[in-house]
Amino acid sequence: MRGRPNLFASYAAEQGILPTTTKKVSAVLLVIAAITIPLEVLPVLSQFSQPSWLVLLNRSLIFLIAALGLNILVGLAGQVSLGHAFFMGVGAYTAAVLGGTGAGLWSLGLPIWVWLPLSGIIPALLGILIAPTAVRVRGLYLAIVTLGLVFIGEHIFRNANSIAGAPEVGREWPRLELRIWKEENPLIDFASDGNWFGVSLPGEAKTFYFLLVMAIVFVFLAKNLGRTRIGRSFAAIRDRDVAAEIMGVGEFRAKTQAFAISSFYAGVSGALFGVVVGRLIPETWNLFLSVQFVAIVLIGGAGTVAGTVLGSFFVVLMPRMVENVTRFLGDQAIDGGVLSIVGDFVVSIDGDFGLISLSAQGPGLSIFQLNQVIYGLLIAVFLISEPLGLFGIWIRIRNYWKGWPFTY
Amino acid sequence: MLSVPLVAQVGGTPLETLITKTIDGLALGAIYALLALGFVIIFKATQVLTFAHGAVSAMGAYLVSYFAITLNIPGRWIPDLPVTLQFTLSAVIAIVVAAGIGMALERVFIRPMIGEPLFSIVMITIGLDIVIRTIVGDYIGQGNTVVTGAPWGFLSQWKIGGVIIQHAQVATIIVAIVTVAVLMWFFKSRIGIAMRATAFDQEAAMAQGISAGRIFSLAWAIGAALAVLGGIFAAVPPRALGVSAGTAFFALRAFPAIVIGGLDSIKGAVVGGFIVGMAEVMAGHYLSSVTALGIGFNTVVPYLVMMAVLLVRPHGLYGTVEIRRV
Repeated sequence: MRGRPNLFASYAAEQGILPTTTKKVSAVLLVIAAITIPLEVLPVLSQFSQPSWLVLLNRSLIFLIAALGLNILVGLAGQVSLGHAFFMGVGAYTAAVLGGTGAGLWSLGLPIWVWLPLSGIIPALLGILIAPTAVRVRGLYLAIVTLGLVFIGEHIFRNANSIAGAPEVGREWPRLELRIWKEENPLIDFASDGNWFGVSLPGEAKTFYFLLVMAIVFVFLAKNLGRTRIGRSFAAIRDRDVAAEIMGVGEFRAKTQAFAISSFYAGVSGALFGVVVGRLIPETWNLFLSVQFVAIVLIGGAGTVAGTVLGSFFVVLMPRMVENVTRFLGDQAIDGGVLSIVGDFVVSIDGDFGLISLSAQGPGLSIFQLNQVIYGLLIAVFLISEPLGLFGIWIRIRNYWKGWPFTY
Repeated sequence: MLSVPLVAQVGGTPLETLITKTIDGLALGAIYALLALGFVIIFKATQVLTFAHGAVSAMGAYLVSYFAITLNIPGRWIPDLPVTLQFTLSAVIAIVVAAGIGMALERVFIRPMIGEPLFSIVMITIGLDIVIRTIVGDYIGQGNTVVTGAPWGFLSQWKIGGVIIQHAQVATIIVAIVTVAVLMWFFKSRIGIAMRATAFDQEAAMAQGISAGRIFSLAWAIGAALAVLGGIFAAVPPRALGVSAGTAFFALRAFPAIVIGGLDSIKGAVVGGFIVGMAEVMAGHYLSSVTALGIGFNTVVPYLVMMAVLLVRPHGLYGTVEIRRV
């Protein structure tokens, strides 16, 4: 086995979650690297231990969970959906009502082990409820139906003030802490600064560890789904629905299951998003959020779990990277460094010529707008040049080194 | 996010109110029909559902304002020009510019994607939408509203008894009717027939010497032009005070129109547009007193109508039923 990593003697071995030694080792190394980020052990990763970066990493992990759900629906079952944000919102407000506190709002103040599972189950049930409408239509019609779902959802969230809080204001969210029931002190607090095993950690780091465990569980479940009977029925429906039906795979049943599972992922992710970020307004769950997940799945590589993981970090961390580069160019332009000419042309300081302005006023795009433009262009350029996404790039690199020094 | 409709004061008997609201619904429906026609023409020719339509329509409406108000074309050279002429000229220039941009978008971003999965292409248009919307938003300015200077004046209206007819509404309906008539004539012309042939069977059309690529470009040009036409009327009173960040979202409510009519039906786009416009206006007036439905319920009515229609007819009213085979 050692010398021939691609030789599989059994079906079970080939269908393993991590079928080769390389994959096993790299998965373990990746998890270890992730664990060491807040501990500042490795010098390369230590800059990510700043709270501002940890917040982004937390967001990536939350988005990863939702993107995995969408990947099951879009990549595995082949059902186009723009309605992911709606199910996230439903999950979030399930958590908020069950776990939240706050005057004038519906809130029960239950512990995390009640609201977290239910924040997935309730959207899943809603997914089953909506599935009969969604199963009847296919392709782009489905995309527009799910788009309608987002708008209807946004309308409901905006008007259900006792659940979602006032429009543009939002509500109090539950805290990320483990209690047995409604006692005074939580068993484990994932949200505030403190000591864990003698190591003092900021709240963001504790949240990071919690989300890391959640993300690993959901990655494992998503990866495993592709190996089960249900996952294979999804793939059959995606590839040719009529042929699948002839072989005895129920189309209605498979599509309903796909909607339910993807809504479960979305709901849990939405709940975590609300709880970790806090103070989310009812307008959060809009089309733009849905589009982000579609972007994650397509940029990462539709149908692949590894691609979805890559895509989540790429899409969430990219704006910060762009901002850093822009600020660097701006500094160069002010200091007159090596790149001052480039920086002066690109970045506008005090309203002089430049494509990007560091202040909100003046000519040129602000950094936020620049991020938007790059984000949009990235989606377009990426899909044109590499339809398989980041995963496709990885496959090409891997295949090159597999045969190295020969070309094939 | 959504544009604020400036509701005219309604007085008079219930029947007069109904007539006022019907005209309002027809005017709104005309805008949706114009936008939906653009969607459908692009879809029929290239099998692409463009999400960049809203951004293009906002861009067009901004261009009208830019040419007419900021650059003052051609009033800066020829003084004392009637406002109507100035506005029309600016609109024509904006439409031509937008058509050019539409062709460029198709050539650069859509043409390489022929044969790729539908959803990937949809995603590309979403990416383009984000880019165009952001750049147009930067020109408009955060939270600003740019007036386009409509020739029929601000909320000027005729009053016949209790029936109120706004000039803008009449203008919208007339423009929509003229556009549909021109399109009907166009589809009977030589190029129009080539276009229909390509939509029907691309390979057979190419065998007859029709350049499919040119037809794609043309479809995007027409689509962008129609988007601008819709955008102009979406950005004038009584729909909105002017071009703002919300103008781009107006086209999103034309989606129900194309689905109700059927994605690949020109007739369906017009019918769907008027159904959606009527439903929205009527719900806005007659259901606004029902507080349980919430504020702004009329903006989600199109989607509810769409879902109801799809439950009965999964391919819309006039859409081609997809033949499923192994």
